[in-house]
Amino acid sequence: MKEKIRIASGQGFWGDLIEAPYWQVTKGPVDYLVMDYLAEVTMSILQKQKNKNPDLGYARDIPELMKKILPICKEKGIKVITNGGGVNPTACADAIIKVAESLGIKNLKIGVVLGDDIKDRIDEIISSGCELNNMDTGESVKTVKDKILSANVYFGAFPIVEALEKGAEIVITGRTTDTGLTLAPMIYEFDWGKENYDLISAGTVAGHILECGAQSSGGNFLGDWQSIENMAEIGFPIAEAYPNGEVIITKHDNTGGLVSFATIAEQLVYEIGDPKTYITPDCIADFTSIKLDDLGNNRVKVFGVKGKPETEFYKVSCSYSDGYSAVGSLTYSWPQALSKAKAADKILRKRLENLNLKFDEIRTEFIGYNATQGPLSTELDEDKINEIMLRVAVRSKDYYSVERFGKEIAPLILTGPPGVTGFAGGRPKPSEVVAYWPALIPKKLVQPVVKLYEL
Amino acid sequence: MKIKLKEIAHARSGDKGDAGNVGVIAYDDKGFEIIKKYLTTEKVKKHFEGICFGKVERYEMPNIRAINFLLHNTLGGGGTVSLKHDAQGKILASAMLRMELDI
Repeated sequence: MKEKIRIASGQGFWGDLIEAPYWQVTKGPVDYLVMDYLAEVTMSILQKQKNKNPDLGYARDIPELMKKILPICKEKGIKVITNGGGVNPTACADAIIKVAESLGIKNLKIGVVLGDDIKDRIDEIISSGCELNNMDTGESVKTVKDKILSANVYFGAFPIVEALEKGAEIVITGRTTDTGLTLAPMIYEFDWGKENYDLISAGTVAGHILECGAQSSGGNFLGDWQSIENMAEIGFPIAEAYPNGEVIITKHDNTGGLVSFATIAEQLVYEIGDPKTYITPDCIADFTSIKLDDLGNNRVKVFGVKGKPETEFYKVSCSYSDGYSAVGSLTYSWPQALSKAKAADKILRKRLENLNLKFDEIRTEFIGYNATQGPLSTELDEDKINEIMLRVAVRSKDYYSVERFGKEIAPLILTGPPGVTGFAGGRPKPSEVVAYWPALIPKKLVQPVVKLYEL
Repeated sequence: MKIKLKEIAHARSGDKGDAGNVGVIAYDDKGFEIIKKYLTTEKVKKHFEGICFGKVERYEMPNIRAINFLLHNTLGGGGTVSLKHDAQGKILASAMLRMELDI
């Protein structure tokens, strides 16, 4: 058994710093590179891409990235784990194999985790007695069944462990929890038992710290943000994991950013509910048991984590089409910028009303005044306001209403208050609103499938 | 005596469906004693009047000197449905730190 392993976070979301995975495998020693690409909205986008072309539906950055890092990973023996397979992990594996061939790589084993996509099984699942009731409202999924765009189960670490046991050097999954990506190599390397919930929870906590990339190493840090050095070359976090469940969070030497008690604490509270019950498919981790010891020099020890057995359910996320929305904006300048923007909003609303358009919601925000903090914003001395951006957003089940809204923004320039500019982007186009349906499904109704592709 | 929450704590926020979460972390033990005593559910609910339209849940995490708040019915329908500029509640943390505590 290895004495320790180093797991590097390479992406915190699809759209994160493209160079980060390359930095992680070149700027210092690591054993694993883990990359989280999937947010809820990503699944529906990928599903739409796959509907148009059956060879798509995965994070298309991956083949390009592999061209750059695969030779390095092969040479150094770094394994790559990612959920960027989206709704088509097999096609993602095929694309990587093509890249490997073009690079002249002779041997490569890619593990693929399938079975999370239940979009085509919904009728069967409902007839088995599970109505995938909405976790927030309790309604049956039948109410939105015909509008569903994607439906995926969140798997945990164990299917990835199975792929690693089969010899995979790269593991591509569909919907897998962000935490599972980091936990899996620890289970595999240290032979942790499924029932050793304290260890499983320790790995899960490490996964939570790594899952948003540099957000735990100085990025988006609301403490003393000006003290964070060299954010241009920010070091993404690395979990140095030990068989006893202790983990040291660090980053490569000679990179920017900061790993400290405060930066880790901020990430620990990110997007959590009750800290005593952090539920994943693998365990229920107790975030109030986590102990942090700032060792200095960008090293923070995470230890003492306690956990309980996992539940009998997987979480399911369905996305469904729920109408249309559009956002329009115009910029008003000094003098009286805010008054002008407010007047323009009134005129716009009156015109929309006169047209008898149907909206579920019309929302106005004044960027420069109250768009981010609403009623908490302080009143401004209007003579000191240089400019205000009027931002109006609408949502409706009726496509025509949203489209027509888009045609009512530009006219304000010649038919409304003066001192206005900023309409270079053209008419706002309606975009489809994708809503989410969170539900639970008994684990026995879904089986992960692990396949190995070899070159 | 009035103190600004910003002087004794930092924070991070994010989205959980239509709820926003705000974790407030005190810089030291003394600060944690203050937020434990004065940063109550009622105080937070009142602070976010006109922003949070649901209940507020409060969870203490003494291990990292933090209190996590869940603000229900806050994000205008949640991530992709919301028309808010800050649809994912990223700014709720900064908004929280504006608070003044009467101690």
